[in-house]
Order: sequence, then structure tokens, then C-alpha cells
Amino acid sequence: MIAELGLAALWLSAALSVLMMISGAMGLRDVASPHALYARPASVVQAFLAVLAFFLLLYAFAITDLSIKLVATNSHSAKPFIYKLTGTWGNHEGSMLLWVAVLALSGGLLGGLERRLPEKTMSATLMVQGFVALGFYAFMLLSSNPFERLPVPALEGGGLNPLLQDIGLAIHPPTLYVGYVGLSVAFSLAMGALITRQVTPDFAKVMRPWVLGAWVFLTFGITAGSYWAYYELGWGGWWFWDPVENASLMPWLAATALLHSVTVLAARDALRTWTIMLGVLAFSMSMLGTFLVRSGVLTSVHAFAVDPERGSFILGLLGLYIGGALVIFAMRAGSISEGKRFTVTSREGALVFNNVMLSAILAIVLLGTLYPLLTEAFDVRVSVGPPYFNPAGAIFAIPMFIVMAVGPLLRWKDDKPARIQFELALLAAVAIAIVALVAILGDYSVLAVLGLALSVALGIGALLPLKGRNIRRVPTATWGMIAAHFGVAVSLFGMASESAFTSEKLAAMAPGDSEVVADWNIQLESVDPVAGPNWTAIEARVLAARGDEEPTELGPQSRNFWSPPQPTSESALVTRWDGQLYVVVGDSAGIDANGNERWQIRVWWKPFVTFIWYGGLLIAFGGILSIIGRLQVDLKRRSAKAQGKARRADVEALSGDKPGSTAAPEPAE
Amino acid sequence: MRLAYFIPLALFLFFAGLAGYQLTQPKEQNVRSQMIEQPLPEFTLEPALEGMPGVSRADFVEGQPRLLNIWASWCLPCIAEAPHLERLREEGVEIIGIAVRDRPEAVADFLNRYGNPYSRIGSDDISELMLEIGASGVPETYVIDAAGNIRYQHIGDIRADTVPLLLEKLEEVR
Repeated sequence: MIAELGLAALWLSAALSVLMMISGAMGLRDVASPHALYARPASVVQAFLAVLAFFLLLYAFAITDLSIKLVATNSHSAKPFIYKLTGTWGNHEGSMLLWVAVLALSGGLLGGLERRLPEKTMSATLMVQGFVALGFYAFMLLSSNPFERLPVPALEGGGLNPLLQDIGLAIHPPTLYVGYVGLSVAFSLAMGALITRQVTPDFAKVMRPWVLGAWVFLTFGITAGSYWAYYELGWGGWWFWDPVENASLMPWLAATALLHSVTVLAARDALRTWTIMLGVLAFSMSMLGTFLVRSGVLTSVHAFAVDPERGSFILGLLGLYIGGALVIFAMRAGSISEGKRFTVTSREGALVFNNVMLSAILAIVLLGTLYPLLTEAFDVRVSVGPPYFNPAGAIFAIPMFIVMAVGPLLRWKDDKPARIQFELALLAAVAIAIVALVAILGDYSVLAVLGLALSVALGIGALLPLKGRNIRRVPTATWGMIAAHFGVAVSLFGMASESAFTSEKLAAMAPGDSEVVADWNIQLESVDPVAGPNWTAIEARVLAARGDEEPTELGPQSRNFWSPPQPTSESALVTRWDGQLYVVVGDSAGIDANGNERWQIRVWWKPFVTFIWYGGLLIAFGGILSIIGRLQVDLKRRSAKAQGKARRADVEALSGDKPGSTAAPEPAE
Repeated sequence: MRLAYFIPLALFLFFAGLAGYQLTQPKEQNVRSQMIEQPLPEFTLEPALEGMPGVSRADFVEGQPRLLNIWASWCLPCIAEAPHLERLREEGVEIIGIAVRDRPEAVADFLNRYGNPYSRIGSDDISELMLEIGASGVPETYVIDAAGNIRYQHIGDIRADTVPLLLEKLEEVR
């Protein structure tokens, strides 16, 4: 029954998305049309049904219903309960259902809650949202049905990829998906505004919380994913420029640019076409990511369900949505004027500069990700990695960080650099001093040194907008900006420090041997076999002590899962405020002279590496503060408006015989 | 309509064309070993089954070309290829097996059930030989010439139409 209910819910929500689309189109033609009334309720009900379908699949995984093909191929009755649940989205169909459920939920929230836009623009927006949802429902139902039954129920399931049997899977994909698909609202709003030519500051104020919300989830998802890869893969790195990592970074870059340009539009009525373009681009990058992961055109550690037929389907959807949006953009953008002018040395000037830099970094990442696709057309296999991404990205990231430190200090519209010369001199002095200091202390890579200097300057620059202000009067949204910018500084500091100061050692050790890494003393106690619910492993007992302190016991493991059979490496970490010790145990390295078996032990000391993720969390926290601040202002304004209206009504009631009179309200007492 | 507003569309169409072209191209999903046309590395593996000899590099040198079959009792496609291995043995081919991450009881059980085409079976408990010869999965089959050089790699299970192909390759390197 579960499977049939889920499938029925999916079909019904697909039908409702058609209703949403048609009703929206009716409303676009004639706002007063009675048929236009259905769009909002349809969006809410389809959201409910799609989310229900997802929960039904979740339930099927929870009880390991082996008559459902997806459960039988991806789950196992002996799996820990939490991984049975997370296994729901550890495969193509299930994750696609999550994707679609979030898409429907975004549409439902938009249709149910958003009342600030002109009805006509809203109708166009819901039409687009319904159209996008319909395509993905069709994709699910026609080529990736998660509820397909097996003719004969399986006796036992095939298991879940052991790399995915980790708590990281519970957090990373759902948050990322909320971020990816949340951007669909920005896309629909941008299209709605473009179709009805309503690209105004009011529109920007409506769009901003949606963009911020999606962006917060993306930031958190990327941060979580990076930390997961760091401790789970056992390679000691935190970012690998893998195509799928890039696929999550690109929407983030576009969304970051978008939320800044939408702020300019809201505050200053400038950058209209640019904001629309970014709104289209951000969700396009989400869909592109989905295409790259699921079509198998690129080789990646994340690639699952490699299936050219599904790839063609998604490519068709991409052509329809991105291509369609870009055609409308090309036709309509000319009729939307660019808006208000401003000088280069102004808040807008700095924001535009950084928007261009973010877009350039996005172009660099996009080119690097798709380049193998291009060369393969000429039968040349290449893989593009850090030697391209790091320097090419840095060319644009470095000026961006400089402007980011200074930009918030500038005034809107027009400003004199001389007004902030003290701050400029301070930041420059700090940066130069750090470059000089680090260069004297040791021989480090240029990028790492620049990163260290910029992070400190940026950290100070992020706090400078507070200078000379009454701390208690600073608006919540401004705190959000300060927290997010400070978070970027913290994260940059972690990245630079990790790449400059990491010490590494790979040693073959027999029990009893010890090694020194940085100021840590590492001693191998023993190596023993251990067993878990669905794996066996060898576990090393390692004592790690820093200086004279009491040693900490660590247990890195080299695990072998048996269903499906695959080895994984479980690293062991010691976290200190100023960095992390990272220990991995590898294979046996033969017998030493005394007849003891030796094991490959790999140890890293990574100073301040944790700051990368603390920074990421701080950035997301800044986004949350910003949303709260904007909503506070909005609610205050709304209640003020309501009060004003009530007061006017009272006055009218008092004056009695003169309905609709515009008498001035009594002065409030 | 400004021409500049068409640039994003043009870029997207270029990408869509490229991606569409790539999707229609047959894609080589398998990773070819870099060890083809290289001598087998030096190795010695314990027997995977009591009463049968283990495997070392020396077993491939001298005489005739042989097949090196990488398999495991936990591997489902290995069941499917068992009858075809049997046919190859009947053709007079010497097949040396490498059991990957396996246990002697499971190996014995598998061979009782699906037949034993191997002259020797080595036990590769930590995928050591697999990595050294560049195998990316189980099962894989290699043609090794009489001088101990890797000459051909077959990825995946052996099917009925693979048998003549392997016989031909064995003949070629003789």
C-alpha cells in the first residue's frame, strides 16, 4: 500500500502543478479572472502531497520494505536504523524525490505566504514555479519512479555504499537540496518580474528573504559536505575541486552575487537587469549540477545512477527552463532600464565590483568543470584540478577580498575615498605587516601568505562598520552582514593557515614505536581487529601527546564493509582550539627486524584548519540574522500600516455621515 | 533588444549542444589498466584453499600463455562466468585464480557449487595484487604471455561471446 499511496500522491501533485501553471497563466492575462484563484491553493496542496510522498518513501526505508525495488537495491535489514532512514536519499530516485519535494515545498510556501507582490506578478511567478515543478514530476514519474515494485520481494537488500553510512549523509544532502531548490523561488520571482516588467525595489524586498534563506542552507550544506569529505575520505583534504563539489559551489557563488545585487536593487533601485540575470543563473547552476551528477557525462566520486537516458531527459528540462528563461531575458531585458546611476567610489560601486568578481570566479569554476567535457569531444581525456582552480580563482578572489574589506565603509550613491583614509591606511598597514612577518619567518607559497594577510585585514574591515555607532542601535540585518563578512575572514584564515603550516608524516610503525609530528608525540600502542554491525576493521590504538601533556588515546580504523564489499578509512581526530591532529591507519607494511608487524600510519597536524568550518557556520549565521532583521522591519512596517488603517477607519466611523472622507487622524495620545 | 542580452543564451546553447553530443557518445565506463604490455609485478600469495597451491609470479613464466582470473566467492557476476571459465579450461587453457578478500570456507563452498576451473588459487586478502596490476573491480581476467607479461585485460564477467575472443588473444601472444 505504501508504494501505491506514494505514487498516487506524486501523480496528484503533478496534476496540481498543471493547475497551478494554467491558473497562473489565466491570472497573468486577466488579474480579475475567476480561474486565477486556483494557483495559490494548488501550490499549497501539491507541496503537501509531494512532501507526503517523500515521507512514505522514508517509511518504506524505515521498515525495509523489500518488495520495493529501490529499498531492495539500496538498503539492508541489518543496517543501523539511522542509516536506513538516510539511505532514502543515498540513491538516485530517492534523492530526486527529496529534490522534488523541496521544490514543491518552496512553491507551496511561496504561494501560501507571499502577499507583498502585485497579483499579476504573483500569477506569473506561480505559473513559472508550476511549470518548473511539472518538468521534474514528469522526470520522476516517467524515468525514475522511486516506488517501483519488484515482481517478487527480495529476501535481503543490497546495502548502502559504506562511504554513505555516516551521519554526514543525514545533514549534507538535505540541507544542500533545500538550498539548491530554494533558489527555484528566486528563479520564478525573477521570471515573474521580467514577464510583467515589475523589476522594482519592492520586488527586490520580496525576493531578498527567499534568496537569503536558500543561501543560508547552501552555505551550511557546503560547509557540512566539506567537513564530511575531510574526515570520511581519510585523505586529509577539505576541498578537492571534484565536479560535484563545484556543482554545489557554483549556485552558491551565483546566490552570493544575487543577494548583494538584490540589496542594491532594494536600497537604490539600480542593477535591475543584472539582478534578474543572476536570479536565472543561480537556479540554472542548481539544475546544471543535477544534470552533471546524474547523467554521467563527467566522472566524479559522487556520480550515481549513471544513465544517458536520464541524462537526456534532464538536458531536455535544462533546455526548456534555462533556454526558455534566457530567451525571455534576451527579448525583455532591453525594455527594463538599468535604474539609478552611481559613481565608482560608492557602496554600489563596491558591490558591483564584487558581483563581477564573484561572477568571474563562477566562470572560472564552470569552465574548469566543463573543460573535460569539451576536450573529450576531441578524444582527449584531461582532469582539471587545483593547479588550475587555485591560481585562476585567486586572480579574482584577491581583489574581491580587498574591496570586501573596504566596501561596507563607503556610503551609498557617491563617496570620497578621502573620508575613510584612516581605515584604508589601517587595513593596508595590517596586510603589509603580516606579509612581511610571514615572509621573514619561513618559506611559504604566495597564495597562502596573501590569504593570511587578507584574512586578518578582512576580519578587521568586517568590524569597522561598527566604529562610532551605538552598538545597541545597530540593526539586526547589519549585524548579519558583519557576522557573514567576519565569517569569510575566519574561513579564509583557516584555509591559508592549513595550506601554509600543515605538517605531515607517513611512517611504517610497529606497536611501541613513536614518531614526532610538529610538537606532537605519536606512539602506536597496538593494532587489533574489531567488528561492527556490518563491517570488520583493523583499529590502531594511538597515543598522541602535545609537549608534556597527558596523552590522548585515538582509534583510527581501516574498515571493510561486507554488503556491498568496500574498504573505507575512518580517521581519528584530536581537536584543539588552534588546529587538528588527523590520524589514519593504512595497510600492513610487512615485518620489521624484530619480527613485529608494521603498519602504515599517516599523521597530519593542521593548524587552525577548523576555522574553515567555523567560518562557514558564521557566514550561515550571518545570513540567518539578516533574514530575521529584514522580517522584523517588514512586520513592523506591516503592523504600522495596519494601525494607520484602523485609525483611519475609526476616524471615518466617528465622522459618521461622511464615508470615505480624508479627514486627518486625531493626534495619537 | 540589445545584442549583449543574447550572450548568455548563446553560451548556454553551446553548452547544451556539447552536452547533448557527449550524451550520445558511447562512454567507456571502465578504467583500463596502465599495466597492459608491462611485466607482471613480483608477488607471492598464500593458497586460498587448503590442498591447492598458492600463486606467485614464477607460476606464469615458461611454457604457454595463461589466464589470470580475479574473482571472489561474494561476487555475483563470478557465478555467471563460472561455466565459461569451465569451457576455457576444457579448451586446454590454464587458468590461475586470485580470490579477493575471501575466506577459505566460502571459497570451498563456491567451488563445490559452481565448479573449479583453476590450476592454482592465490588469496589476495588486502587487494594487494589487484592494485598492483591495475584491476578496478571483480571479476577481471588478464591474458599473461609465457614471459610473464600482461597482454590483455577483460573487465567484467566472461560471457559466451568472450570465450572465443580470449582464445584468440591467447593464440596471438603464443
